Amino acid sequence: MSDEGLSRRRLLGVSGTAAVAGVVAGATTAGALAQRGNAVSRGDEATAAGAPTSTAATAPALDAPIPFRGEHQAGIVTPAQDRLHFVALDVVTKDRVQLQQLLEDWTRAAERMTAGAEAAPGGLVGGGPNRAPEDTGEAFGLPASGLTITIGYGPSLFDDRFGLASRRPAALQDLPAFTGDQLDPRRTRGDLCIQACANDPQVAVHAVRNLVRLGFGVVAVRWSQLGFGRTSSTSTTQATPRNLFGFKDGTNNVKAEEPEGLAQHVWVAPQDEPHGGAWMAGGSYLVARRIRMHIEVWDRTSLQEQEDVIGRDKKEGAPLGQSKEFDTPDFSRKGPDGGPAIPVNAHVRLAHESQLGGIRILRRGYNFTDGSDGVGHLDAGLFFVAYMRNPGKQFVPMQRALAKADVLNEYIEHNGSAVFACPPGLGDGEHWGKALFG
Amino acid sequence: MPPALRPAARVVVPVALSLAAALALTGCTDKPTATAGSTAAGGSSGPITVTATDTTCELSATTAKAGTVTFAVTNSGSKVNEFYLYAEGDRIVSEVENITPGLSRELKVEVTEPGTFTTSCKPGMVGDGIRGTFTVTGTAVKGSADSKVAKAITDYRAFVASEADEFVENTEAFVTAVKAGDVAGAKSLYAQARHPWEAIEPVAESFGDLDPKIDGREDVIADGLAFTGYHRLEKDLWKDGLQKDSSAIADRLLADVTEIAARSKTVEPTALSIATGAKALLDEVATGKITGEEERYSHTDLWDFDGNLEGSRQALAVLRPVIAERDPALQKALDARFTELSKLLSQHKTGAQYASYTALSDADLKALTVALDALSEQVSKVPGVVEAR
Repeated sequence: MSDEGLSRRRLLGVSGTAAVAGVVAGATTAGALAQRGNAVSRGDEATAAGAPTSTAATAPALDAPIPFRGEHQAGIVTPAQDRLHFVALDVVTKDRVQLQQLLEDWTRAAERMTAGAEAAPGGLVGGGPNRAPEDTGEAFGLPASGLTITIGYGPSLFDDRFGLASRRPAALQDLPAFTGDQLDPRRTRGDLCIQACANDPQVAVHAVRNLVRLGFGVVAVRWSQLGFGRTSSTSTTQATPRNLFGFKDGTNNVKAEEPEGLAQHVWVAPQDEPHGGAWMAGGSYLVARRIRMHIEVWDRTSLQEQEDVIGRDKKEGAPLGQSKEFDTPDFSRKGPDGGPAIPVNAHVRLAHESQLGGIRILRRGYNFTDGSDGVGHLDAGLFFVAYMRNPGKQFVPMQRALAKADVLNEYIEHNGSAVFACPPGLGDGEHWGKALFG
Repeated sequence: MPPALRPAARVVVPVALSLAAALALTGCTDKPTATAGSTAAGGSSGPITVTATDTTCELSATTAKAGTVTFAVTNSGSKVNEFYLYAEGDRIVSEVENITPGLSRELKVEVTEPGTFTTSCKPGMVGDGIRGTFTVTGTAVKGSADSKVAKAITDYRAFVASEADEFVENTEAFVTAVKAGDVAGAKSLYAQARHPWEAIEPVAESFGDLDPKIDGREDVIADGLAFTGYHRLEKDLWKDGLQKDSSAIADRLLADVTEIAARSKTVEPTALSIATGAKALLDEVATGKITGEEERYSHTDLWDFDGNLEGSRQALAVLRPVIAERDPALQKALDARFTELSKLLSQHKTGAQYASYTALSDADLKALTVALDALSEQVSKVPGVVEAR
């Protein structure tokens, strides 16, 4: 029968997904996912049955599920999805047991939602007419949409409230103040964070909404950010997107297909945390910065000035004086006027590993527009998200160099900031609280 | 919801899908078993075994007697599985989730009413699952909570009656002050006069014709209705000064309050309506009081907040024996959350007086909102616990 062939191809296609994503899934989950196909939806019936997929083993379909469990958390090297809902939360209870229970409840709901299921069994209508539905419902019938849910813990979580002080990773420190910071306390810090990324904004928002709801009484939202377009590629299967300045962003990113680069720059190694923070091995640190762009001012800037500020040409994204996007920037090359082709204060020069002693990070940022600012200007910019092995050794020196000299600073303003320790991935049967509390 | 998603229409599809998947994986199968392979009566004699695979859901029996029914579910497939017992309309009677391949889990279900149910294995957690019909025979099992429910209803009626009487008394005093032109006296009586109303608002609001006359706000009064009642007098007292018709408005208010109090005593609540009322009172706080909308001239919103909270607490207090029996963990959570919010609210009280809404900082409002969310989320679970079974 013809369905047989389709099912087999579907199986191969999704196995390919897992490989591309660079995620080692537990056998159970991988098996479950493998047969679920590319068009899995919450509570569906019209899913895989009536919708044959013809994809071969290539890049993941945009609506396919991403394995939740694995060596590392999903949502880091997973090919960057198009949409983001990021939320920072504070713990409002003093009861350690409640926090542990929430982390377990979150794990369960997150795993369900990333598989395309409701946040709780029968969450849409199964409670009957007199109960508030356990799932909020707006993602019912939508495919999994590549949803990933990534959790992180802020430095403030490791104070004396929950007995976690001794388990604080040494590398988890509040970021220092940088020159030019205009931080708004209402967009800064947090005890916990959840990064929900998906290719459908409704799926990402649904995930955060349901997790926040599960947390009432234990956590409260401190700040949140929606992102509508990825500004980085985290896989060589993806084209480099553009930020709101209209330039390609993240060309030189650490990519999923570079295992040694990831090991060196992104994943925490066991020897990095020999003491209480040993649980972070296999995890990564997330730095978030809300970077408001002065869009209107930028748009009035000449092309030459824009390209000089960035250090790349606007159309191709090649380093100035060179021809292709992925050409290695040649900082010694002279321009027609005899000066450096890439100006000394250009963003690409200051941020390049060759100028920073080999420092690299995995960028995973998103464009945002939060309406307008009351005086007629777009409140828009880049919600910078980056993963790294040690913020103090990577983001901090990089940002110090940029804050000091980057001519881009005339057009941007950092008004939100946070750092979080994102634990390693979960094996079968594990939940988030286990590694944290030991 | 599109018609295609109605339960009746979706039963068959997953089975067809599952069959295709089975063929793809094994290459052959000679017996396409979709659901229960046996219909032997199970009753209460030992557990009913459920063998779930990625494509099948076989029960050792598809009937049982009312009472405790035990299912022993084994996942012999490769996907994470779930097992559900649904009543009519896909209401979950009970379920067991996250049964990983190779694992067995037991599900004990109290089925108190005979009838036709639906079983479902849900490989991969999504879709409607592989369904079958399950029949419960015998006679209804009376829960011991039933007499407790009856007592709760009696207790709640007594509470409503006492609040209603207090509302009339308080309103009399307030109206007297207004009619005497005693602005300071009326202002000092205003918030307290309304307090019993705020505690039984869901009951009183069921009389749709009187509610807007007593408690309508200027901006939400329907076309054709005059702006009367407490909030009209609030505006007079705090903003415009007493008007020519203030006295007449006061007389009218007392008449309306007296009538609604009498009618409130005739309401026959159910456990469910008491529980939904408890939630509705907290919703009032969230949408009207914590926003400062209700008392826009007097800024006595925290008095109303206290009234709503007290009304909610009392409603749940009468239901306590029922909740404590059916869901002790929920009762514990309710107690803790009520205590938290009451404590927080009392921080804004000096002696018998609540602070003006305008004295609250953004941080105060956030703290109250956080505690109110925490409480409301628990209270929203009560109707499902006390509903008739």
